[in-house]
Amino acid sequence: MEFKDYYKIMGVKRDATQDEIKRAYRKLARKYHPDVSKEADAEARFKEVGEAYEVLKDPEKRAAYDQLGANWKAGQEFHPPPDWNTGFEFSGGGFTGGDASAFSDFFETLFGREFTGGGGRGPAYHARGEDHHARILIDLEDAYHGANRTITLQVPELDAHGRLHTRQRTLKVHIPKGVKQGQRIRLAGQGAPGMGKGPAGDLYLEVAFKPHPFYRIEGRDLYIELPLAPWEAALGAKVKVPTPGGVVDLKIPPNSKAGRKLRLKGRGIPNKPAGDLYVVLQIVLPPADSEQAKALYHQMERELAFNPRAELGV
Amino acid sequence: MRNEMLPILTGVLLDEENTVTLSELCRACAVHAEWIMELVDEGVLEPLSPGPGQWQFPAVSLQRALTIRHLQQDLGVNLAGAALVMELMDEIHSLRTRLRIVEHEC
Repeated sequence: MEFKDYYKIMGVKRDATQDEIKRAYRKLARKYHPDVSKEADAEARFKEVGEAYEVLKDPEKRAAYDQLGANWKAGQEFHPPPDWNTGFEFSGGGFTGGDASAFSDFFETLFGREFTGGGGRGPAYHARGEDHHARILIDLEDAYHGANRTITLQVPELDAHGRLHTRQRTLKVHIPKGVKQGQRIRLAGQGAPGMGKGPAGDLYLEVAFKPHPFYRIEGRDLYIELPLAPWEAALGAKVKVPTPGGVVDLKIPPNSKAGRKLRLKGRGIPNKPAGDLYVVLQIVLPPADSEQAKALYHQMERELAFNPRAELGV
Repeated sequence: MRNEMLPILTGVLLDEENTVTLSELCRACAVHAEWIMELVDEGVLEPLSPGPGQWQFPAVSLQRALTIRHLQQDLGVNLAGAALVMELMDEIHSLRTRLRIVEHEC
């Protein structure tokens, strides 16, 4: 298990006041909030900051953590000293509604589960299980055709001794045709089990797309960049374009400029209405790497009255 | 082999055509109905039908309600602030989308 330097994570000194810690947390929480942040590792950072704050904002946990000493380095192999927390009386629980199941092994070892809320209920208590939320990554082709995919979720749960561990849960899920980024699939009864005779909660899967090598996905519309030879763009041509449904022929109008967008109606992700496929034209120059190619460029230079900078007045 | 034996689960896709009820929203966000009603009062969520008794919401409401819930819990933003954040995020999202398209045209 790696030692975690909560002060370093929060960017505060070891003697920081509770107010300074609170301010540091607010700032970092805004920066890395997964619903707001565009940082790639926002979610991991947000959890890390939340865990650090959980310890440092609570004078009891902070004092216990400080007792480990200042000589530990983040990432160092760590085993808590025996009886390390003797002499501390934790009142336990109720400090945040934070998702304690996401905290690290380091946190679990030091503070255990009793600090993370979740009081016991009477034996005759019946309640519907919680709804769970998870994010799944799918391929564009899955949304285009519909597909059955096997997904693996990490489910935090308590064992018979009340210790937290994560269990891998494998599900086979039908990805409906026409799904788009950010939409959710609700699987009834696949959330947390109910208490007593209560029914299980639902599982919500938020759909996100894996990056595609050549399509960009905007809602149900797709964008593809199509390279053209200069003569195809200048004279017009019929060229082949890949679409998720198969290769199609596309007519390029004469005198097409780079950046021109041609719309293939209904060739995006299917639905009512289906998305469109936008073909964005790119013009690729043949390299002047042979005598013959050079001669052709020279011939154009001589015979075409062409000033690409005419609009700049030079 | 084990995976082959798993049953295929078919869920409900919460798309533009689908709706969620007030109680489904409450359960999915782990909140009381009063909280959802505050979002309606604030104009953040718009029910499709008139009275709270049979309120139906467009399925996209779930995403909005969850995001606001997270903003409130994690950042201590109040409801009006969260509503403002949502509007600004919508705007940023549409600007980013346009930016990506424009950048690829250059």
